[in-house]
Amino acid sequence: MTDTKIESNNNTKIESNNNTKIESNNNTKIESNNNTKIESNNNSGSSNLQIVESDLKIEKSFYSELSSQFPDKVQLVYTKPNRIKIYVRPENIIEVAFFLKSHFGLDHAESVCGTDYPNENVIEVIYHLNSYSREELFQMIFALSTKTDRNSSYLPSLLPVFKSVEYHERETYEMLGVYFKGHPRNERFLLPEDWADIPPLKKDFRIKGR
Amino acid sequence: MTNEFSESLEKKLEETTKLGLEVVKEAAEDRLMKLSVGPQHPGSGHFRFTIKLDGDYIVYCDPDPGYVHRGEEKMCEYRNFIQNIPHLERPVIHDSTNITYSYSLAVEELLGIDVPRRGQFIRAIASELNRQVYTLYWLAIYGIFLGHSTMFMWPAGDRELFIDLLTALTGARVTHAFNIPGGVRNDIPDGFKEKCLEYVNYFEKRLKEYENIFYNNPLFRQRTENVGILTKDDAINLGVTGSVLRASGVAYDVRKVEPYDVYNEIDFKVQYMKTCDSFARAYVPFLDMRESCHIIRQLLDKMPESGEVRMKLQSNPKGVPGEAYKRVESGRGALSYYIVSDGTSRPYRVKISVGSFRNILALPHLLVGSRLGDMPSIYWALNYWPVEADR
Repeated sequence: MTDTKIESNNNTKIESNNNTKIESNNNTKIESNNNTKIESNNNSGSSNLQIVESDLKIEKSFYSELSSQFPDKVQLVYTKPNRIKIYVRPENIIEVAFFLKSHFGLDHAESVCGTDYPNENVIEVIYHLNSYSREELFQMIFALSTKTDRNSSYLPSLLPVFKSVEYHERETYEMLGVYFKGHPRNERFLLPEDWADIPPLKKDFRIKGR
Repeated sequence: MTNEFSESLEKKLEETTKLGLEVVKEAAEDRLMKLSVGPQHPGSGHFRFTIKLDGDYIVYCDPDPGYVHRGEEKMCEYRNFIQNIPHLERPVIHDSTNITYSYSLAVEELLGIDVPRRGQFIRAIASELNRQVYTLYWLAIYGIFLGHSTMFMWPAGDRELFIDLLTALTGARVTHAFNIPGGVRNDIPDGFKEKCLEYVNYFEKRLKEYENIFYNNPLFRQRTENVGILTKDDAINLGVTGSVLRASGVAYDVRKVEPYDVYNEIDFKVQYMKTCDSFARAYVPFLDMRESCHIIRQLLDKMPESGEVRMKLQSNPKGVPGEAYKRVESGRGALSYYIVSDGTSRPYRVKISVGSFRNILALPHLLVGSRLGDMPSIYWALNYWPVEADR
């Protein structure tokens, strides 16, 4: 329940673009907290500390470059060591994804995950991107998130940008009913051939007896 | 030649028409034969793919997984963080420690708990031993499907060494349920360290014999070398992982690139090859097994002599609202969990991203254009575990 509340806060922030400043302030706070924690934990090893600091620099530079390239289009959700999550509206996701691939070298998706939030009437789809071609980004997971309406779920497919999302998007289609525009096969993949129920990972689908 | 051939063909046509018979020309589609591989054949596992053949060449391939889809992700939403452990290891019982490893890491981040140092070492040891078990099982199947029955018997036999060790450690042969959020279930038994060292040393000698009888076997080399080339660029674009990726010249191992628990204290090399063929995909896991022996010895050496192995949790722990994404290196590559928590004792959403599912994408890519006879050596070299891919 609390999670959905946070989500709804995010939504309102996204709509009013001026709030990005507040968001970035929050992030710097989080990062500084992390840093102090690490410092207090690792008093003995100084080399470890440096690695973490440089990692956070990468994340900061990621977001600052992205936001300068796409002002008002990208929204930072959180940064943690080696993790960064950014929200993009569906109509901008292809250009942002293409920029991430061509400019940052994030060349493949590790997973595509859909999450159903019935209280807000949205389905969130997250692409977890990673790089095999840039060694300094090997440890980074870049979560590119977008949202679509729960009752008519349509999203542009990222297949033209990342070949690796092909089966992941197909799985998301059958499990959550999100139709990916531009994907050649929005079809059944893992479910039985005679599956005649709603997409099973939607929250209103209940397992029998539970 | 061609003129003579066409002349004789025309003569035949004339003769046929004189007899009053109709001549039917072959359509392009008629040349193709559709063949369904699996899901019953033991060589395919619980996995089916349809191929179309033009003579001896494969021109079309469509994977159809899902025969063992159990809805693990949905099941997770009905159980609390601890109850999820036993059913989550069912997708790949031969690598059950690794599939619960990244789950535990993600849950630990959500619950905000640390694992005691000795627990981290025992976890890593169990994970390495379990990776050996899986790789040996895979090697046994790969051997038998390339017609090398000795290579079925030997790994299947040597696998028992590690199963014995894991039985002593966890109490079960394959499904251990050993990793739990907060550490491991129990401490190592007496005499485990000596027994483990003895077995690992013996196994290293056996690996040399494997190399002589299997990897240097001209028959095996002929069937795998220069077969199923997956170039570095293609491997990166398809987003494959694990040994498939490392065989295409990308030195990517999660233990190295994003060390979890104690792996940043261990000195080991990422094993990779640049030949990009089925042989490399079969040889990289072998190199991994050898490297894993060094890792196990180091872990046993550096493990603290005593201490807690597990952080005691309250009976029904609640997660902090938020999300965690954690991954480990399993026998089939990066195995990651994305868990969303809404502040209750059950996860709101669990997404399992497994190496097998990511590697299926390479199957049509490699099979189209290759010969039917190369299909087994390409398919099994992908290190594909159907049950894990279906989840």
